[in-house]
Amino acid sequence: MSTTDVGNFRSLVAEREATAEPEAAAATAAANGPAWSNMKAPDARSQQSAAVAVTNGRRALKVFLSNPNALFGTGFLVFVILVALTAPILYPDDPLSMVGRPFLWPGQNSAYPLGTDSLGRDVLAGILHGSRISLFVGLMATALGLTFGVLVGSTAGYFGGWIDDLLVRLIEIFQTLPSFVLLVVLVAIAQPSATTVTLAIAVISWPTVARLTRAEFRAIREKDFVMAARSLGYGHARIIFREILPNALPPIIVTSSVMVATAILMESALSFMGLGDPNVVSWGSMIGTGRELVRTAWYLTALPGLAIVFTVLALNLIGDGLNDALNPRFSQDR
Amino acid sequence: MAPLLQVDNLTIRFPRAEPVGNLSFEIEQGETLAIVGESGSGKSLTALALMQLLPRAAKIANGHITFGGRDLTKLDAREMRHLRGREIAMIFQEPMTSLNPVMTIGRQIGEVLKVHEKLSGKAARERAIELLRLVRIPAPEKRVDDYPHQLSGGMRQRVMIAIAVACKPKLLIADEPTTALDVTIQAQVLDLLDTLRRELQMAVVLITHDLGVVAQWADKVVVMYAGRKVEQALPGDLFNDPLHPYTRGLLAASPRLKHDFHYRDGALTEIPGSIVSAVGEAGCPFRPRCNQARASCSHHVPQLIVPAADRLVACPFTTSLKAVPHAAALSL
Amino acid sequence: MPLLSVSDLKTHYKSRDGLLRAVDGIDLVVERGETVGLVGESGCGKSTLGKTVLRLVDPTAGHIEFKGEDITVLDQRNLQRVRRSIQMIFQDPYASLNPRQTIGEILEAPLVVHKVGDRTERRQIIANIVAKVGLPAESINRYPHEFSGGQRQRIGIARALLLNPELIVCDEPVSALDLSIQAQILNLLLEMKKEFGLSYLFISHDLSVVRYFADRVMVMYLGRIVESADNATLWSDPRHPYTRALMEAVPDPSRPRQAAPLGGDLPSPSDIPSGCRFHTRCPLATDLCRADEPEFRAIAPGHQVACHFADRIN
Repeated sequence: MSTTDVGNFRSLVAEREATAEPEAAAATAAANGPAWSNMKAPDARSQQSAAVAVTNGRRALKVFLSNPNALFGTGFLVFVILVALTAPILYPDDPLSMVGRPFLWPGQNSAYPLGTDSLGRDVLAGILHGSRISLFVGLMATALGLTFGVLVGSTAGYFGGWIDDLLVRLIEIFQTLPSFVLLVVLVAIAQPSATTVTLAIAVISWPTVARLTRAEFRAIREKDFVMAARSLGYGHARIIFREILPNALPPIIVTSSVMVATAILMESALSFMGLGDPNVVSWGSMIGTGRELVRTAWYLTALPGLAIVFTVLALNLIGDGLNDALNPRFSQDR
Repeated sequence: MAPLLQVDNLTIRFPRAEPVGNLSFEIEQGETLAIVGESGSGKSLTALALMQLLPRAAKIANGHITFGGRDLTKLDAREMRHLRGREIAMIFQEPMTSLNPVMTIGRQIGEVLKVHEKLSGKAARERAIELLRLVRIPAPEKRVDDYPHQLSGGMRQRVMIAIAVACKPKLLIADEPTTALDVTIQAQVLDLLDTLRRELQMAVVLITHDLGVVAQWADKVVVMYAGRKVEQALPGDLFNDPLHPYTRGLLAASPRLKHDFHYRDGALTEIPGSIVSAVGEAGCPFRPRCNQARASCSHHVPQLIVPAADRLVACPFTTSLKAVPHAAALSL
Repeated sequence: MPLLSVSDLKTHYKSRDGLLRAVDGIDLVVERGETVGLVGESGCGKSTLGKTVLRLVDPTAGHIEFKGEDITVLDQRNLQRVRRSIQMIFQDPYASLNPRQTIGEILEAPLVVHKVGDRTERRQIIANIVAKVGLPAESINRYPHEFSGGQRQRIGIARALLLNPELIVCDEPVSALDLSIQAQILNLLLEMKKEFGLSYLFISHDLSVVRYFADRVMVMYLGRIVESADNATLWSDPRHPYTRALMEAVPDPSRPRQAAPLGGDLPSPSDIPSGCRFHTRCPLATDLCRADEPEFRAIAPGHQVACHFADRIN
């Protein structure tokens, strides 16, 4: 008889179990550990010890925190945010008011550590207050662009068909227009203010997010777990927001950090051109007013310029760090 | 005569794991050796070690791989590159991803010939057509200019084989060559490999999880579990009289086409648990799942013993079911 | 009245290569408590058929009746009601669970969507089902990546059982698993069938698994059923040359090797051969086969074959 015969093997196993020595039985019991309600899947036991309950998020955080560049970026951004929050306390006066002699170089007068500009305004106060507008515009514009872009992209990617065609056309219309020109036109039509600048930047930045989200949704829509969700009778909203979106988020999060940086740059560019809010100081407007004096008082453009460079750099470093942390191909440690 | 390939006590180590431990086997010229195991058994890493293509984190911690009198673990990158594709070739599981999608298949075959045999473009193309004919691709003159996506899965695997045998290697490593293919195509591809083996006098290392494939296409079988060789035998012996509890369990657990065993007759015999339980196991890696385990199994890794000619088994408590008809006699 | 009855079902896709006739006129019946095995090579349309039965893919033509109700015409709301009763188990245990939800969340969602019980009752149901499929109770707080392939498939089975379905479409439930795990999952499916009185439509390319698991077997080739019979008859007396070739192609240790039974590849479902679909690969093909598509006819009670020469093959 062939030994591959199942019945034969089973009877052998049964007899073995019946005649097993006590020491073997004791060893097996010890190995099994705590008894469960059901022993049909003893493979689960081995996993208990092998798999430490580290969630996706915790693992990503670990990878992110072990990346010195990302830590530096985060540190710098936290510093800028603290500065923005404390600026009204440190310099309660309007940073646009004249406080001293014009053209004081940095270090000349300890009351104005970073000097004064052509109208005698405190450069340090300007930079500190300027961080408020830069961050506000950067974060708000990104939030708005992200929300709208994700909505459009997920709708297009999830439903497909004519809805997709229509939304893709809409995205393409925005993407074919030169975005900065569109931004200038939008701000010029509306009165320049922090709000209109924010809205205008959001208007030109959402198509990128929409494209990305749509691509992610189209890929994830075909995954088996989405099929499973549909087979269980879940509604569209639940599938979009609970099943697909969390899986589509990593690249969107990475993009958003770069979007904040881009928005800060755009705001600066607008202010530089004199299209910013005239009633508040921003890094861009400081460069704008200082640009004619670049040869005589270069610090007036260099200092707010450095503020922009470091903030944008910090955001990009965070973006890279997030990319490494959220991309499972890199975060899988052996 | 020395065997074509001899692997001695091969141990592959990752920073935190040892996926292959103390593995030894040899293969004669023109022979097909099957390495069987499930995922996590270390069989694919072994194949990569033979090619010296291990992932960066993996290191050969111990052992030698002797091929044609040379120790592959001691060769430098240039010498190994010279050997790869020319004397040792490999085919992979996924014919879809192992071909370059933007290159015609003729050029991909020609590339190997240009690198190793310094053929000119025209000569390489002619040899490519010849090779496509050798792997039984119909109308090779036309197919040579096709891109991989224009071919079916079976055809792509034939192209992979054509590339692998282009320089008439002495050893061909086939890592799950038919797992992605349907049964009817699988039979065609394995037959082709077998014919080429005889025509080109190659030795073949056939890595698979499919016991049926082993039975029909291998001269010698190595069964691996959790990085260790647990049994070695001729295929006939292995199927008629498996010795290691793992091999026995596998054969008992697999439904067989020619056996009249239906679910109404009873449940399938299970091997409880999964291969993950071998992680960190001090003694026999199969102990946590073994129905014959006893306390001494956890003390040290069992040595390979020779229970009969041409056989090896890594279990001190196993006895041939054939030789001992009474199962009770097994519990020594 | 059969539990599931499919008549003249067609699912066609538009693709770059033209019209893809994945499912091309299928009749199929699943009785209560029965396991129907559906066998075929990849690309024969068996997965599409499974998804069409759940209306995850919309059929091009034909009817699907579940307990006498035609579900091809149902709107989304009524479909949701039916979906409680028809569930699916997927092939890939790695892709079929949302990687960002814990097992508890994965298992609770169906109950929430179908408004089953309150929070405590749902907890109870989940704890029960988790124990039934043989997973430790604390699994519900873990994420899918912490489980092995076999365990994930257990979770998939638990999810399919949650809503007390009557029919489960199993799409290659063990093909992605290691041999030593396959038997565990097949045994679990059998136990669950007994306990919950389930019926299965069991889709697989693995003949030996279907041989063990099914009550009735249908062999599919290029979008059509070519042979259908009860389990014992099909294996002892296969009449379609394709069925025979499939059986011979399965390598079997207990038998010497034969030459590959079939040459050539499966033709593309966008370019189905005229006449008998199988004639391009059939060793017995004649001019008749090239011209006329054979009728799917009964050659014995419960044994149907689509071959002109079914009577002469034995």
